[in-house]
Amino acid sequence: MTFNSMNLDEFHDVWVFAEQRQGELMPAVLELISEGRKLADELHCELHAVLPGHDVDSLAVTLGGYGADKVLIYDHELLKNYRTETYTEVIAQAVETYKPEILLFVASNIGRDLAPRCAARLHTGLCADCTHLDVDLGGYIDFLRKESSVDVDNTSFESKMFDVERNLKMTRPAFGGHLMATIVCPRFRPAMATVRPGVMKLREYSAEKAAAVQVEKPAFRLDESDVQTDIIEIVKSTRKQVDLIGADVIVSVGQGIARDVEKGLALAAELADELGGVLGATRAVIDNGWLSADHQVGQTGKTVRPKIYIALGISGAIQHKSGMQDSECIIAVNKAENAPIFEIADYGIVGDLFDVAPKLIEEFRKAKQ
Amino acid sequence: MKIIVTVKQVPDTTGKVSVKPDGTLDRASMETVTNPDDLNAVEAALQLKDQYGAKVITVTMGPMQAESMLRELYAMGVDECVLVSGREFGGSDTYATSQIIAAAIDTIGLDEDDIILAGRQAIDGDTAQVGPQIAEKLHLPQVSYAAEITKEDDGLLIKRMLEDGYMMIKVKTPCLITCVKELNEPRYMSVQGIEDCFDKEIRILSYEDLKDHPLIDKTTIGLQGSPTNIYKSFTPPQKSAGRMLKGNAQETAAELAKCLAEKHLI
Repeated sequence: MTFNSMNLDEFHDVWVFAEQRQGELMPAVLELISEGRKLADELHCELHAVLPGHDVDSLAVTLGGYGADKVLIYDHELLKNYRTETYTEVIAQAVETYKPEILLFVASNIGRDLAPRCAARLHTGLCADCTHLDVDLGGYIDFLRKESSVDVDNTSFESKMFDVERNLKMTRPAFGGHLMATIVCPRFRPAMATVRPGVMKLREYSAEKAAAVQVEKPAFRLDESDVQTDIIEIVKSTRKQVDLIGADVIVSVGQGIARDVEKGLALAAELADELGGVLGATRAVIDNGWLSADHQVGQTGKTVRPKIYIALGISGAIQHKSGMQDSECIIAVNKAENAPIFEIADYGIVGDLFDVAPKLIEEFRKAKQ
Repeated sequence: MKIIVTVKQVPDTTGKVSVKPDGTLDRASMETVTNPDDLNAVEAALQLKDQYGAKVITVTMGPMQAESMLRELYAMGVDECVLVSGREFGGSDTYATSQIIAAAIDTIGLDEDDIILAGRQAIDGDTAQVGPQIAEKLHLPQVSYAAEITKEDDGLLIKRMLEDGYMMIKVKTPCLITCVKELNEPRYMSVQGIEDCFDKEIRILSYEDLKDHPLIDKTTIGLQGSPTNIYKSFTPPQKSAGRMLKGNAQETAAELAKCLAEKHLI
């Protein structure tokens, strides 16, 4: 049967692209498997992981344990390392053969390279960098009630164009977080999305689900003629990257440390250690070379939602706020009483971070005893 | 060698952003700028031109107001600016946009040693999708997240950034590369360039000019041809003002520790 992305009725099941690098799953894949499980249950269909790679069979169990019913393994030497062209070829063949209704990717540098290429080839819609997904309309309305300024009781959710109860509703920030948009893909399948790492809740691992996972190795066509790029080398960063997205506590520094950068960073690091957290920073700190880029929080850095976010000497430019304003509890320490950061802080302390941070370390230590 | 750079004029989301009561962006009240990552792509093109000689052509899609941006690009040293503009193109999502820009690039023409450069992503939508989708529509190899570009005899050597390191990738031309800000520091407009830029002609490609291209079809461009649609748009809830803690460093720190302990946050 020929593939036509407009024949909506032929498409079923939820798929997650199981991104692996050097044989290891990207951690956010399991977040997507967890979220995909929820969507598949709402649609009363199966959840499949599609796993291209070489010698990656052992990953299937983990994917099953987090909720995948089936893992489709596309094993080939040419798929050992990621290449846009070979992975696009295989994903496109897989979709054309099995016709999934929904296809999710981690919004990593690889997912965001691969997904648009696949969507363009398959002639379907793709929503970038989503932070929330819904099939169930009631669940979506509840989400808006909590997370938006929409007056949901006086808003119509009907559509003449498509079935609002069944279509995937993909929500993402736009314009630096000033606006949220919910996107739909009503006329084509699969509905595709890349999803920000760190936003979807991980399910509990189930040994029973892991044991029950089905593995399939579909036939596919791939040869040297599909390769258009040479990978000369793959270099892993030797320095451990800071895990801002996975952190429960982030202590961030801004221009306020300029007076004594070394001491400011040391205080922030000690405070972070005290709370079991990690060190974040504003763009200015990165641009000045005081910390490496992986510490950057903000529109051009990472979007974070820790339980506790402590902003030391940060004025609160939009570029920074948009990356951290959804943190559960924001604490701001700044000398300037009128700093915009105080507008979004749960607790504000007007004072010099060099005086306040040592006291915070001391008091937090006491409080924990 | 031609280097075609895709650029976009965007509202400056790093400045004042205002949202209308209906949840849409009040674009009229906002400053517009050339998308920052696109300037890195332009700079990369100009550096290759300086070193090897090349014709640098920028392609942008948007309303006629984009002209102000194009004058600035001329003043930086770009050789030709192409503006793809037409009501039929309005409302396009990334899929439809890439169809149109791919058709425009194909109309300009691509030779064996040509390169297409794009910014990693635009600050209004942050999708990073149009570059790869143009490459797909033109059947070209792509390398995204380029932090270094080196020209070699039969192609380019690219340092492609990953979250946990990087890859060195060789790719033959013609190809499409998306550029990150670490790639370079965009140059300023030159004095001579500013003087000359108003005499330069902007090449307009309208719907009439592109309508016979195989990629252009009413069902694949504009709002009608976009696979994705906006279902709802809204603003995040306003955070209520928090509490300012009063006292000296010791007192405020003690008060904060007490509050966090009560909420079981520490």
